[in-house]
Amino acid sequence: MSYQVNEKGYYGDFGGAYIPEMLYPNVEELRTQYLDIMNDPSFKEEFDQLLKDYVGRPSPLYFAKRLSEKHNTKVYLKREDLNHTGAHKVNNTIGQILVAKKLGKNRIIAETGAGQHGVATATVCALMGIQCVVYMGEIDIKRQAPNVARMKMLGAEVRPAKSGSKTLKDATNEAIRDWINNPVDTHYIIGSAIGPHPYPDMVTRFQSVISEEIKWQLKEKEGRENPDYVVACIGGGSNAAGTYYHFLDEPSVGIIAVEAAGKGVDSGESAATSQLGKEGIIHGCKTLLMQTADGQITEPYSISAGLDYPGVGPLHSHLYRTGRGEFYSVTDDDAMAAGLELSQLEGIIPAIETSHALAIFNDKKFKPEDVVVISLSGRGDKDLNTYIDYFRL
Amino acid sequence: MNRIKEKLAENKKLLSIYFTAGYPSLNDTAQIIQDLEKNGVDMIEIGLPFSDPLADGPTIQESSTIALKNGMTTTLLFEQLKDIRKTVNIPLIIMGYFNPMMQYGVEAFCAKCQEIGIDGLIIPDLPVAEYHEHYQETFEKYGLINVFLITPQTSEERIRFIDSVSDGFIYMVSSASTTGAKNTFGDVQQQYFERIDALALKNPQIVGFGISNNETFTQATKTAKGAIIGSAFIKHLTNNGVDTINQFVEEIR
Repeated sequence: MSYQVNEKGYYGDFGGAYIPEMLYPNVEELRTQYLDIMNDPSFKEEFDQLLKDYVGRPSPLYFAKRLSEKHNTKVYLKREDLNHTGAHKVNNTIGQILVAKKLGKNRIIAETGAGQHGVATATVCALMGIQCVVYMGEIDIKRQAPNVARMKMLGAEVRPAKSGSKTLKDATNEAIRDWINNPVDTHYIIGSAIGPHPYPDMVTRFQSVISEEIKWQLKEKEGRENPDYVVACIGGGSNAAGTYYHFLDEPSVGIIAVEAAGKGVDSGESAATSQLGKEGIIHGCKTLLMQTADGQITEPYSISAGLDYPGVGPLHSHLYRTGRGEFYSVTDDDAMAAGLELSQLEGIIPAIETSHALAIFNDKKFKPEDVVVISLSGRGDKDLNTYIDYFRL
Repeated sequence: MNRIKEKLAENKKLLSIYFTAGYPSLNDTAQIIQDLEKNGVDMIEIGLPFSDPLADGPTIQESSTIALKNGMTTTLLFEQLKDIRKTVNIPLIIMGYFNPMMQYGVEAFCAKCQEIGIDGLIIPDLPVAEYHEHYQETFEKYGLINVFLITPQTSEERIRFIDSVSDGFIYMVSSASTTGAKNTFGDVQQQYFERIDALALKNPQIVGFGISNNETFTQATKTAKGAIIGSAFIKHLTNNGVDTINQFVEEIR
């Protein structure tokens, strides 16, 4: 069983490039060049240098002693929350801005839901002096005012997506339409492991620095490279893809994916795509997605804006279908409780997305000697208002 | 013989009209088709609405959203069209995104199209290679012509491949854009139309995207076999309702 994308852009049954002809030249240009660009020594050198000096990598692998005692197992946290801009997203935007430069593009577009990917994109555009347009659902613009302000301060233009449900899915549609209308000078920085091939693979490779570091860091701490489990939350699935990547072909490593159940998987207000989704096409790839019987894409719900996406990356659909990954879903309430628990046991306030991964202990019992690595994908500063309202702080 | 090929063999420039099924009102479908034929339109693209129409500009997006709110579904569209061949003879094409067709079942969808008398399909997000490998046999089994798009950015090599896989006409997208009306075509578009004409492809070309009036229709059909109007017609329906389709068609010709 292979967990790498094949030459046609598929992970098993999932993936491909279901794009209108208008996008073909752009996507084809990227497909034929991304691996050569990424494998070029000068590219690697610049990418690694920026990750080290600008992002602050390697991010620590932290042994969470009190959390481990509480759940009677050995828990390590991979501290992506300590990256510049506060989440794993910047690993990918650094990589893609360098690709865009190599392709000679002078304009960047991106979509964003909660604003994290938008901020990470606006950041690297400022760094490189490249024009940046971020599409964001009109409703999300209202909900995420601080991140909108950050993007503007970084020099990006934030354009409201006013179509459909006015959230992440529609912002993605608008970004794709922008790319159709600007086929020569523009690169689209997709923020998750979704979209037409080669995006899921390219984003996964840029995020794979997470698992690459876990290997040598764990070797130092535990004397072995492979944990018993790696755990990550999944919306589109970029932090998860990066956390799993170097363990996909290590059968001794259990892969655990945590989706957002919202108010409950069967409540009608959920984003648990693996449980509620069916195979279909969204944003250019074949994957599991939430839709009506008639094939109309539905609007998911989660308290966490970053997990509020009706699809999941094609790699994750493949991990689900083949049984390589164990999938769990966690409700808003359980996630919020886990976020509070981490704050008070370890002094780390996580992003609400990440809180979903931390709630895994409700559903999965680990052995005392198990080494469990959880991707702490983002910090909770952006979510303070939601935490305040929820806990009446 | 497929009605599309018969129509393409006629010695005239073809006017093709797109509308979104279920818009402006849920049950307008059959009347719009009948009126278009009555007023001399040569071919019709019936839009199967989708929640996330990536290739479409604001006008068709909005009409799709309203059509879905009105209650349009794939099953209902087929129901509305079941007797259409009793009154309508011109070629009918369903244009829609691939996901709703996948969920209906590609083979079941094609079989239903044949049963009703649909002549072809336009599926902007089904790439030519994917079609060629997985679906061509099924489409052909049910007598359906699949129409592919080319754009000003499409390479000659790829145009030739698309021409080889096509068996009807090629949908020539006028400029790098989503759907939407334009008032005139500039030199860049004219040169593109001439460049494609000079390739002497086996399939005739019909121009779409940006056709809105007599001027753009005439410019587009100088070299091409015909032109497709979508957004401008939807706007007409929005502003004038379904009773003055004759006026719209007269202004184009």
